[in-house]
Amino acid sequence: MRNPTGGYAVNPLFTVEVVISNKPQARDPEGETIIRDLIHKSGLQAVKEVRTGKLLSLKIEAADPDDARNTAVSMCNDLRIYNPVAHSITVRVRP
Amino acid sequence: MRVAVIEFPGSNCDRDTVHVLKESLRIDANLVWHNDFKDGSYDAVILPGGFSFGDHLRAGIIAAHSPATKAVIQMASDGKPVLGICNGFQILIEAGLLPGALLRNAGLKFVCKWTALKVEANNSAFTCTFKKDTKIRMPIAHNEGRYFADDELLDALSAAGQIVMKYDEENPTGTARGIVGVSNEKGNVVGMMPHPERASDSALGGTDGLKVFESMVEWAKC
Repeated sequence: MRNPTGGYAVNPLFTVEVVISNKPQARDPEGETIIRDLIHKSGLQAVKEVRTGKLLSLKIEAADPDDARNTAVSMCNDLRIYNPVAHSITVRVRP
Repeated sequence: MRVAVIEFPGSNCDRDTVHVLKESLRIDANLVWHNDFKDGSYDAVILPGGFSFGDHLRAGIIAAHSPATKAVIQMASDGKPVLGICNGFQILIEAGLLPGALLRNAGLKFVCKWTALKVEANNSAFTCTFKKDTKIRMPIAHNEGRYFADDELLDALSAAGQIVMKYDEENPTGTARGIVGVSNEKGNVVGMMPHPERASDSALGGTDGLKVFESMVEWAKC
């Protein structure tokens, strides 16, 4: 699409971070192993819980931050990049 | 009846399954490469175990997006028997044909052993020749077999008779309520973590798995 000055309009690039984590009801054996076998065995008792997850760092062309967020969320849902039964996602958009 | 056993890159026990169907039960069974699988010419379909597409991302998710699985979804909605064994169960879950999720075993280890099981529901296409509460033995061999669903869904599945099989004694994977097999609402789609094809010959240690496949034949007659 041409913009009024004759150049091509290019949407800005947003960095969208999607954090996939186990739902609170789902046991997280990896987190349990980290806290039990590494942290607590080393004597560090102040740490009370570890929950593991996965980070997707996406670069998305979008009109605005909301557009970028919507693209990321619908993509993750439609393609089942995470499993909505067992996992939840939180989404952060960086300019 | 004609049965397809779909082979994905990384499938295993696919040939064992065909062997049991053809040689032990005299069923017309074909091993079909996933790209060649089309709905329409088969009366039932079995997704075997293994590590389809190398378990990339999550076990079963890549195969769940494949054209072959689209055809499987069509057969499922037509009411034909569909069985997922182990990785096949993971594929059916990821394809949305079965409820719940299969997470990494609680011990973070691949578990390979014979297990004591109980048939919880005999209203499914793959358990209908068992008596309810029958105790059987079949082997498991997997890393992601810890069934998960929230309590509300587990209660609903239980009430609807969709929990078809459970561990009877030990629960080696930490699976919710001991669940190792579930069905869809109609009962024609079943997924199970144990391998019936590895328990279908006394030379291999047991024959309880034969009834799983015999159930499919009986179900198709109804």
